[in-house]
Amino acid sequence: MIVKLLSGDQPRSKVLTTLLLLILICLAGAPFIFDGVRPLDTAARICIFIVLVASYDLLLGYGGIVSFAHTMFFGLGAYGVALASTHMGRGFDALLVGTISGAIAAVVLALLIGLFSLRVRAIFFAMITLAVASAVAVLVSQFSGITGGEDGLTYKIPRVLTSANRMGEFLGTRISGKILNYYLVFTASLILFLLLLRIVNSPFGRVLQAIRENDFRAEAIGYRVVWYRTVATCLSAATAAVAGSLFAIWLRYVGPDTTLSFEIMLDILLMVVIGGMGTMYGAVIGATLFVLAQTYLQNFMGSASEATAALPLIPDLLDPDRWLMWLGILFILSVYFFPTGIVGRLRQGRSS
Amino acid sequence: MSDPILSLNAVHTDIAQYHILQGVDLAVPRGQVTMLLGRNGVGKTTTLKTIMGQWTAKSGEILFDGQDITRMPVSARARAGIGFVPEDMGIFHDLTVEENMMLGCASGPLDPNRKAWLLGAFPALGTFWHSEAGNLSGGQKQMLSIARAMAEDRELYLIDEPTKGLAPAIVSTMAQALRELKAQGASILLVEQNFSVAKALGDTAAVMDDGRVIWSGAMAELAENNDLQERLMGLSMEAH
Repeated sequence: MIVKLLSGDQPRSKVLTTLLLLILICLAGAPFIFDGVRPLDTAARICIFIVLVASYDLLLGYGGIVSFAHTMFFGLGAYGVALASTHMGRGFDALLVGTISGAIAAVVLALLIGLFSLRVRAIFFAMITLAVASAVAVLVSQFSGITGGEDGLTYKIPRVLTSANRMGEFLGTRISGKILNYYLVFTASLILFLLLLRIVNSPFGRVLQAIRENDFRAEAIGYRVVWYRTVATCLSAATAAVAGSLFAIWLRYVGPDTTLSFEIMLDILLMVVIGGMGTMYGAVIGATLFVLAQTYLQNFMGSASEATAALPLIPDLLDPDRWLMWLGILFILSVYFFPTGIVGRLRQGRSS
Repeated sequence: MSDPILSLNAVHTDIAQYHILQGVDLAVPRGQVTMLLGRNGVGKTTTLKTIMGQWTAKSGEILFDGQDITRMPVSARARAGIGFVPEDMGIFHDLTVEENMMLGCASGPLDPNRKAWLLGAFPALGTFWHSEAGNLSGGQKQMLSIARAMAEDRELYLIDEPTKGLAPAIVSTMAQALRELKAQGASILLVEQNFSVAKALGDTAAVMDDGRVIWSGAMAELAENNDLQERLMGLSMEAH
């Protein structure tokens, strides 16, 4: 049953299996295991970023396609929910319409970009996606009447998904709409991740891997490489858009910085590389580590800085303001020691 | 004689600034093995790649089964019934042997009878069925490359030096598989430097020099005539 759910793609490493189970248990029980708002928010971000990173890995790791437009698709999904909720009022119909419209817009845009540029060399495709993503980010800022511009949009979601909806107590934890909202995000993310796992382990996924390794060879067997690449781009865009919609439902706010910024694109790239390209489980490990580091590294460094206050230089190096430098060092070390990503390294360890 | 399955008429191909094929005329008869021979660098591999579409012919005409495929996309040529085995063991290293074989069937699942025949012809592939193709030995990779091209029934196979650098035992396995493929009615255009294999398999032969076919005829005629071999290729088959 579990093997079937994982589409036959098992972790193939005891350490990796343990890590994945630990992450699954922590995410599934987050409202009951951890106290406070911040851990729940972190868990929700991890769920959403796992889907976002996995959908990017479908492109980069499995298809060998470098795209810089992934946050644009993420943003389309987020703005879809925001605009629908703003104009249709709070309700599940608005969330559904917003999610579907965002996904459709993402697929149409991905199809256009794909058909026009996937025939050319990979570097040109990357440049075109960068140009389109930048243009969309500028348009969102400029059309402030519709998108809220740089301030973004704040809107209401169904009351049943907010903290105002109190539903009693379970296992010593007060159950509110926020927890329902979290489980909506968790369940949708889990389903989307398993769906992506199914896609990469299907014959379609194998052809994508073949194209990544040698596109001429795949073409010479009879596969239309442009068609496969375009479909992969559309699937990836649609999934990223749904992840964006989930993010919008969770945050109840969207703005260019939270959904469209190039910094998020870089974060996604880092998560894919740290976790391991071409392994869906790499997205789980990469996103979890990165979001945890982003959220807690500053706190951890603050405590470490205080603890070493008596020593020379070290407290300065551990100053919380330098968290980005340490994140950079961690990234360099992980690429140096795990060139195939953490998952790749763990699987190699098993096979050797 | 029936219409050839493939014919090239005055085909010219440039690679960057180099004019490699300088008017190739070639006919591959149906159901026969045609050997494409010649010294290194005379354009044999470029001829196969031009037929398959990796290089586009600058001028001339390529007819496959009566259809002009000169400007056809590569995947369309493959779907029309041409199988290609490149010189560099064209397998997908990150995928398993099984996945490589499945990929060989672009139009549907691998036929069980065909799978049984291929695993009978290349038993090593069955042994390493679930292993990553990148971990196979050179000979096994070459077997996989050929078996993958044969996974689907094609009318014509273009095979580039399948026995290059292989142990004699693997060469005879390979030759036997090609014989069986021919017995099933397939046509084969084979580039081969191993003359004993060429003699054993070839029905017809075409010899290239300087980007052109300078002689074509029965393989037996070429194999028996040392003077002709010396004149066409600068060496005698007997020496090999």
